[in-house]
Amino acid sequence: MAKMTMVEAINMAHAWEMEHDRNVVVLGEDVGINGGVFRATVGLQQRFGSARVQDTPLAEGLIAGTAIGLAAQGIKPVAEIQFMGFIYPALDQIASHMARLRNRTRGRLTCPLVLRMPHGGGIHAPEHHSESLEALLCHHPGLRVVCPSSPARAYGLLLAAIRDPDPVMFLEPVRLYRFMRQEVADDGQALPIDSCFVLREGSDLTIVTWGAMTVETLKAAEQLSGEGISCEIIDVASLAPIDFDTILDSVVKTGRLLIVHEAARTCAVGAEIAATVSEHALYDLLAPIRRVTGYDTIMPLYRLEYDYIPSLARIVDGIRATLAE
Amino acid sequence: MSECTTAARFEIHYRACLSPEGQLLGESSRASTDPALLQRMYRMMVRARIFDAKAVNLQRTGKLGTYPSCLGQEATHVGVGAAMRAEDVLFTVYREIGTKLWRGVDMYRILLYWGGDERGTLYEHSPQDFPFCVPIGSQMPQAAGAAMAMKIRGEARCVLVFIGDGGTSQGAFYEAINFAGARELPLVCVIVNNRWAISVPVERQTAAKTLAQKAVAAGVPAVQVDGNDALVVHQVTTEALERARRGGGPTVIETLTYRLADHTTSDDATRYRSAEEVQSAWALEPLLRLRRFLEQRGLWDAQAEEALKRECAVEVEAAVRQYLATPRQATDAMFDYLLAELPPALHSQRDEARRYAALRG
Repeated sequence: MAKMTMVEAINMAHAWEMEHDRNVVVLGEDVGINGGVFRATVGLQQRFGSARVQDTPLAEGLIAGTAIGLAAQGIKPVAEIQFMGFIYPALDQIASHMARLRNRTRGRLTCPLVLRMPHGGGIHAPEHHSESLEALLCHHPGLRVVCPSSPARAYGLLLAAIRDPDPVMFLEPVRLYRFMRQEVADDGQALPIDSCFVLREGSDLTIVTWGAMTVETLKAAEQLSGEGISCEIIDVASLAPIDFDTILDSVVKTGRLLIVHEAARTCAVGAEIAATVSEHALYDLLAPIRRVTGYDTIMPLYRLEYDYIPSLARIVDGIRATLAE
Repeated sequence: MSECTTAARFEIHYRACLSPEGQLLGESSRASTDPALLQRMYRMMVRARIFDAKAVNLQRTGKLGTYPSCLGQEATHVGVGAAMRAEDVLFTVYREIGTKLWRGVDMYRILLYWGGDERGTLYEHSPQDFPFCVPIGSQMPQAAGAAMAMKIRGEARCVLVFIGDGGTSQGAFYEAINFAGARELPLVCVIVNNRWAISVPVERQTAAKTLAQKAVAAGVPAVQVDGNDALVVHQVTTEALERARRGGGPTVIETLTYRLADHTTSDDATRYRSAEEVQSAWALEPLLRLRRFLEQRGLWDAQAEEALKRECAVEVEAAVRQYLATPRQATDAMFDYLLAELPPALHSQRDEARRYAALRG
């Protein structure tokens, strides 16, 4: 089994599915000969031809809208938005059409497609290249929103996303693209697209997080384990719809919940998780739910980005504060 | 004075087959020599107009939601429908009743849609056609995508997409025709220039003398036609579809017509345009000229007209009865088509809606 980075695993998942399903078509800006700005689609055009791997004009609304038309005609588009900060021109297509086509046609026309996009900050990118905008997508019923946190999960979840009968927004944490290498079997095995992953079992506290924030959160748990603190860490992975059963079971077990995410705090996915846990497990809680998140500010230019992204110190303090009450 | 050379030069041709008096203008028209097609087109235009009047009436009497009348644009809508093949795919705005009817959409479905029921988008006879598109211009990239699918598969099918004059102000319009041009997609775009985007006349949308010329920037062939002339609309659309089917790429067709009615039943056009303007537009409306043409050729007479109107009235009444007799969907309908399978997290919301629906009775 080969050791690989997340971006290589994503590339491998594309190749597997294109090899096994002739309907899969890749499109986006610079995805062809250039292989994508992060090289996620490198080699695909050479291998599968320029009809199945197409560079689009530079227009995100066009990419999303074109994907809808392709999907309704039975092609399976895997489209790339170059950075999540550029999702805004595509939102009309995503919200007004992609999310609604099945519903508004009573299932006559559907949109099985994947819209991939790099998510979050931490790679010293220019302005508008580091946003965490998952809440924009999760607010629209009719979409699935998925965010992997390791090479193996990226491979398995991307396969699941391509095979899913509905539109899947696939958020790829940029600072995990080449953060680590992991053995990933190229076996075409998809992972469940509607489940959380328990990354670490524990008994004192539940930490719910996703994407790149899993890394610092796991570090914090490891650091505090020396003090006898036992953290359970849940990678939500599927941000819409959310597998609340796994989260609630864990919170009932530990009695404490800390939510860690990179996105700004207000109206974020963490707020939804806190509200749902309050509705269903308030009396199982031993302490108030806490959040360690990006600030409700504009994502700063990169000199300050690690002051914005929740740090190990903030997560450790969040854990201590949740346990102190 | 510095010397300059011309880098490129463009012209937009205007085409018309039939004068407002119903006389052929010399432009070739395949439909003009096909009596059955002529009669079928005329019948469909009358059918659309009678349906349209009834729909407005239903809204006025509180039996239908907001409805956008197609009055005056029947030649464009029917001419396009007649040029398409069944296996082509249609993307409309929300006013193209004549095209929908031509493609076999039941009047009952159209009423159901504007009567607030998603089942109005179930098109039994054109199952790949998209439903009405309300957000202006947003159908354009989707149409390009459908055309791309046909091209990838090497199919001899085409996509026909409508857009309005106001719609050509949207970025999505340009993005889509630009892409269609760059990839030579089998896409025909019909700009229905009915002069008014709600209250804004086309002169205030753009300084462009024609909307067809917007296609020039995308490198896409374009033509302007008399949109009240069903023969030229049919002719030009047929030519464009044939070219697209042969792999010749997209075409943009601007049809000059007029919105004789308010924008929708919620609008009052007397606030922003003169009665004189509307009056003079009536002199150019599309039904009369085609009827005159048919009559001159002995293909139509007063008796046929009366019989058709009676037939349409019966059909419309039956559709209205069916529509009014259709109970609203159960609340599960909000949840049933959200995703292929309802996520467990939503089961309690579905059950809550059921409980309160039962209380509402």
